[in-house]
Amino acid sequence: MAEFFASNFGIFLIMVGQALLVTVFLLVSAMFLVYGDRKIWGAVQMRRGPNVVGPWGLLQLMADFLKYLVKEVIIPAGVDKPVYLLAPLLALVLPMAMWAVVPFDETWILSDLNVAVLYIFAIGSLEVYGVIMGGWASNSKYAFLGALRSAAQMISYEVSIGFIIVGLIISTGSLSLVDIVKAQEGSYGFLNWYWLPHFPMVFLFFISALAETNRPPFDLPEAESELVAGYQVEYSSTPFLLYMIGEYFAIWMMCALTVLFFFGGWLSPIPGLPDGAIWMVLKMAFFFFMFSMVKAIVPRYRYDQLMRIGWKVFLPLSLAWVVIVAALSFYDGADQNLGGFYARWTVEAEG
Amino acid sequence: MTITLFAFYVFATLAVGAGLLVVVARNPVHSVLWLILTFFSVAGLFVLMGAEYIAMLLAIVYVGAVAVLFLFVVMMLDVDFSELRGSIANYFPMGALIGVILLMELGLVYGHWNFSEAAQALRQSPTPDLVQAHNTLALGQVIYTDYIYLFQTSGLILLVAMIGAIVLTMRHRPDIKRQSVIAQMHRDPAKTMELKDIKPGQGL
Amino acid sequence: MAFDYARATKYFLLMDFVKGFKLGMKYFMAPKATLNYPHEKGPISPRFRGEHALRRYPNGEERCIACKLCEAICPAQAIVIDAEPREDGSRRTTRYDIDMTKCIYCGFCQEACPVDAIVEGPNFEFATESREELFYDKEKLLDNGARWEAEIARNIELDAPYR
Repeated sequence: MAEFFASNFGIFLIMVGQALLVTVFLLVSAMFLVYGDRKIWGAVQMRRGPNVVGPWGLLQLMADFLKYLVKEVIIPAGVDKPVYLLAPLLALVLPMAMWAVVPFDETWILSDLNVAVLYIFAIGSLEVYGVIMGGWASNSKYAFLGALRSAAQMISYEVSIGFIIVGLIISTGSLSLVDIVKAQEGSYGFLNWYWLPHFPMVFLFFISALAETNRPPFDLPEAESELVAGYQVEYSSTPFLLYMIGEYFAIWMMCALTVLFFFGGWLSPIPGLPDGAIWMVLKMAFFFFMFSMVKAIVPRYRYDQLMRIGWKVFLPLSLAWVVIVAALSFYDGADQNLGGFYARWTVEAEG
Repeated sequence: MTITLFAFYVFATLAVGAGLLVVVARNPVHSVLWLILTFFSVAGLFVLMGAEYIAMLLAIVYVGAVAVLFLFVVMMLDVDFSELRGSIANYFPMGALIGVILLMELGLVYGHWNFSEAAQALRQSPTPDLVQAHNTLALGQVIYTDYIYLFQTSGLILLVAMIGAIVLTMRHRPDIKRQSVIAQMHRDPAKTMELKDIKPGQGL
Repeated sequence: MAFDYARATKYFLLMDFVKGFKLGMKYFMAPKATLNYPHEKGPISPRFRGEHALRRYPNGEERCIACKLCEAICPAQAIVIDAEPREDGSRRTTRYDIDMTKCIYCGFCQEACPVDAIVEGPNFEFATESREELFYDKEKLLDNGARWEAEIARNIELDAPYR
């Protein structure tokens, strides 16, 4: 048996198995995310939310899922059919592909890339194509305008997310997500995590993540009061389902990234307790709760306000922060002048 | 055939095929989409070569930013395709002439190409062994030490180009009303609003 | 304008959002306002105008005397009445149809009725699966009357002081 799993085919099987495991985790969590979303908004608005299908309505999303699958796929006249059908696929597959490099525990990871952060960034920047292609191929003005808005918005906020991550990379000295989490390990529990040294950036990252995933208050691409539903107006049935699942995958991804970057991934917040994937999932769930609450309590931004915040507030702030962190890390550097608060380099610089 | 070789052929075929379709596709938006596939396949080739940093940068910069801008421009263009197709015939001789000249030049260069003995050694020298330093670190050590001035200058050139584009296109109109966000944020409801208790039948 | 440090600090610390979050959490914990409809129902006024019913006297005689005032007043012209003398010589309807798809539930019919025969009862759950089922005839209306008599009588009694 052991020999079989050491052979090429065996390794291949193990890889497929691991990928399936992560995919199943994602699909199941996406189901409960949508349920959680609806329950939380309901609670804030003093409603009950889904409560009929299954115990406490837990199976509501299963019912919705089936409904989306068995409904007729309506392809409007005049659409660019290949692009129209490819777009939702992209919107689903790309957020899924990002999970390949997310560590749930020190060794629970599909692929420990040494450029994991860049990989996530690259795939994240591709996500915009699902939206643009869908909006353009739909042959509808609303969809097209929604796609344009979405593309401009996602690109704008990617820039500030990028700069925030650069600060973390300078602190860590590595592009690997495992290294970034390991750098946050220490004897003071949650006080060792990056949220403290990179304090203002936590908020910037969280808000940018909202904008990046087209979540309220930045859900202008699908602003139903202006654009009906933005880029997804013309989609129905399964393609729409793909868009929706993709969106929730991306949101869940952003929760995971917030946890990995600022809140110590799988590390336990209290020094005595053992680390483990359970902490990771708990923290992600907490940030998802925050995502939901933001949708429940914050009114939608106007498009020019969104752009103003992105380019005139977040970009200069994050850029300045990169410079500050670089200076502090350099000062902290090899001599540990700040006790290794900023420079937590795991990779030794040579030469 | 190893998996690496198989992957190489897949990516290479995709890159060339998609590159061809960029030119052949009738619809300019499709052209851009094929171009994106080309970029992506090339990024895959970079990964196979062990240059994952450059691969990711290619994906981020070209696919994530440049191609999106292309797509924006092309989507907004209002091109009359029938008219465009009609005029291709007019430009065909000129295009063919340029193509032939380019081909001849390439042939000339290729015919007289010879490698210096030291070329192989020179090419290896700045790159440290992959085991010691992965290529992000290696690139950083080269760019930020030996070539720091050149690197910074290239950044400066891009910055100047960007500022230039903004200066050329920005038109400040003094005759329109603008929103002052700071002023709006500093409005204090306590100072701008007064609540009065008016007795019925008395008025102010 | 002097620089207001307190307000600047508030903006920087996103105090608006903290406040909003607090308020959101307050309502999050608050009891739900939604009724669990099929299991719980809201209170209904005695004047509620729901499904129609034709009533009978306690001795079993139908109240309707075929005066056709309801047919005359109905603004939607949803009521159709035919009348003939019965064997014992009293004037009775042979046909009393209400087209519930036309009815606007204005309640004029029950106001017009001199003998409180046609009333709008407290029932509001009479959805049907076909349109035809909503064309009520005399039999259906009398049946409704028999079914809802207790509530209808109570409602009329409760509303009586205000008439």
